[in-house]
Amino acid sequence: MADYEVPKLTGEGYCDVPAVRDDVMKGKGPYIAKPDFQTALHFPADFDAAGSLVPNWKERALDKMADLKGRYRSLQVFLDICVKCGACTDKCHYFIGTSDAKNMPVARQDLLRKVYRRYFTFAGKYFPKLVGATDLTEEVLADWYNYYHQCSQCRRCSVFCPYGIDTAEISMAAREILDHVGYGQKYCNEIIGKVFKIGNNLGLPGPALFDTVEGLEEDVEMDTGIKVRFPLDEDGAEVLLVTPSADFFAEPHIDGLIGYAKVFHETGVTWTMSTIASEAGNFGMFIGSYETMRRVSLRVREAAIKHKVKRIVFGECGHAWRVAYSFLNTLAGPFDFLDQRYPIPQHILEFTWSHIQAGNLQIDKTENDDKVLTFHDSCNVARGSRMGDYPGGQFDIPRNVIRAVCNNFVDMPADTIHDATFCCGGGGGLLTDDLMEIRVKGIQPRAEALKHVTTHNGVTHMAAICAICKSQFTKVLPYYGFTMDQIVSVHQLVSNALVLQRQVSVQARPDDEDGDED
Amino acid sequence: MTFVSILYGLLFWAATLILIGGVAVKVRQYWNTPAPLKIPTTPAPITQGGVVWRMFREVVFFQSLFRSNKTLWLFAFLFHISLWLVLIRHSRYFVGMNDLLVFLQPFGRYAGFTMVLGLAGLWARRFLVDRVRYISAPSDHLMLALLIAIGMSGLMMSFVTHTDVTQVKAFFGGMLTFGFFGEAGLPAEPIVLVHLLLVALLMIIFPISKLMHAPGIFFSPTRNQVDNPREKRHVSGWALELERQGKNYLDELKK
Repeated sequence: MADYEVPKLTGEGYCDVPAVRDDVMKGKGPYIAKPDFQTALHFPADFDAAGSLVPNWKERALDKMADLKGRYRSLQVFLDICVKCGACTDKCHYFIGTSDAKNMPVARQDLLRKVYRRYFTFAGKYFPKLVGATDLTEEVLADWYNYYHQCSQCRRCSVFCPYGIDTAEISMAAREILDHVGYGQKYCNEIIGKVFKIGNNLGLPGPALFDTVEGLEEDVEMDTGIKVRFPLDEDGAEVLLVTPSADFFAEPHIDGLIGYAKVFHETGVTWTMSTIASEAGNFGMFIGSYETMRRVSLRVREAAIKHKVKRIVFGECGHAWRVAYSFLNTLAGPFDFLDQRYPIPQHILEFTWSHIQAGNLQIDKTENDDKVLTFHDSCNVARGSRMGDYPGGQFDIPRNVIRAVCNNFVDMPADTIHDATFCCGGGGGLLTDDLMEIRVKGIQPRAEALKHVTTHNGVTHMAAICAICKSQFTKVLPYYGFTMDQIVSVHQLVSNALVLQRQVSVQARPDDEDGDED
Repeated sequence: MTFVSILYGLLFWAATLILIGGVAVKVRQYWNTPAPLKIPTTPAPITQGGVVWRMFREVVFFQSLFRSNKTLWLFAFLFHISLWLVLIRHSRYFVGMNDLLVFLQPFGRYAGFTMVLGLAGLWARRFLVDRVRYISAPSDHLMLALLIAIGMSGLMMSFVTHTDVTQVKAFFGGMLTFGFFGEAGLPAEPIVLVHLLLVALLMIIFPISKLMHAPGIFFSPTRNQVDNPREKRHVSGWALELERQGKNYLDELKK
């Protein structure tokens, strides 16, 4: 069992800022990727085994740093302009949960900055002690590996920084440097390898997906008496749905997928998922690699072209939505072959909300009367993307949908929601068992806020819109006395309340004998 | 004219050159470095005008800092606003007096106190708050010491020793017109020389230090980007090259 203490919740709704302590979370970091995984991602693999470095690692690390700061203005500017004011120091959930000094955003940045200063700035070259510059050593590299994998790239620090310095940008750069000297992270890189080889993070091959969606169709038919379709690889559909692969089998993700299917069914909009892009998540962002992120994104373009769709809709997934909303047009655009009347890409919640507003969905809110809901804003949706056509739509639309399908909704305390939301503790490539301690400690601020509303407002369930949040919460919140089934997908709530009016799907099953297509 | 005056004249020439040249080099670097992805911290403005307004609120009122930490905001705002008033007041050493300058003189005069007060508060945090103590390098302390020393020596001249300001003005006026530092040079008072020496030092370290936050914030992509990635495609030059050549990786590109 765990050799660390699980923080105690007070129910006050906020966590006290801990006194700074050294090296609480010092360690080896997550498992390191072996050479094969690195090769698959086009990273250098000229090292013997996981844990050893490439030849000339120091020179190559510094070359990569120079390369990155020449290609990313964010990195160059952020390395230069921090004034060490300390505004960010109490904003990181990992610092609050661990009290480790190096988990303060500025201290995390400084791990890289002190090396940047030593080799790239006048002051650091000639007066290293004065400005806190240090040589790049194996110990520094080990610290990078350890502490840059204790950042979920949630951007909360960037909200509160007077210059908008985003630690996510720094930790992405650090991870890319590490990937070039032999210190790739096994979890992320193995998963990206699966995406390239099989098509999704979980390594579910096409036949397994066909089995899954068929099973889902049977389940929903048993439940509702209506053949709600879960189309896969069906050319000519209107919408390509790209959703995290966890939606195909994990709880409560799968209930969300059932919700999307019911909404598509009711609206009569034809849709399909794709075995080519059977994954919305893009772990290329976690490792800071533009090239990887682009290669993963191009699958979505390929699928859209192959299936001749008109629109692209993304399922509930936080980091995926940031890459989709903010980067997809950049990485895999232009999407001039799609229907320009709709946002490209569109979020499933934008889709559902527009149909709720148009009155196209028959809702029975009492179906959710057994619950009092609260909503967890996913970090990368809240601070790295938008929904709707005005700033902040990403906060309103999910809540609007929840309120439209539930009678009981209460928000958590104001400094833990909207753009001040706390990360679930498992984002940014940390959702792996070898990082359990940081996940348990990092969830503390969210758990505290949830405890507050469960104690004072009778909240029974927390809705989330991210595959990682849902997985992290169901696994880690039980450490704090909550139960797994208290976490729900937003579209699970929609699914509960939606009263199906359409008896027959507009999309015939391709293998149905009475089907008039295909 | 004294040897010291010539020395100071040359020092200020050098310091000005380093300040302007150094900042120009860094700003050029920021300008020329691409921002390949849209990364505004959202919710972010969806128009260019909105971005200008957001930047204005950040630069003038320190909006994000206010949200973050009220004490820190108070000291920081006090220092910066006072510094502006003091700087405006000091412009009388370089340009002729006008109504606005006359009006602002008393404000600038007393802003020296609030400036030092703000700086003292900022410095106190570096000792009193354990998190800030941890992240402070010696240079962070020295920077505050330097600014406080500049402020205190300036206040000394205003309120205690009363320097001959017309002579100082003639000195800098001479510099500006290449008249070689005026007829009489600088007043031979230690406090003037200390004040000016520290100011020259500040000018010299500006481009090689964290003081670059002043021009740097305007280049911060999380604050200066428009939130419109779905509407308008944003691609950097180096990324476009991957598309043009149909490659996945930068090291596969032909030059």
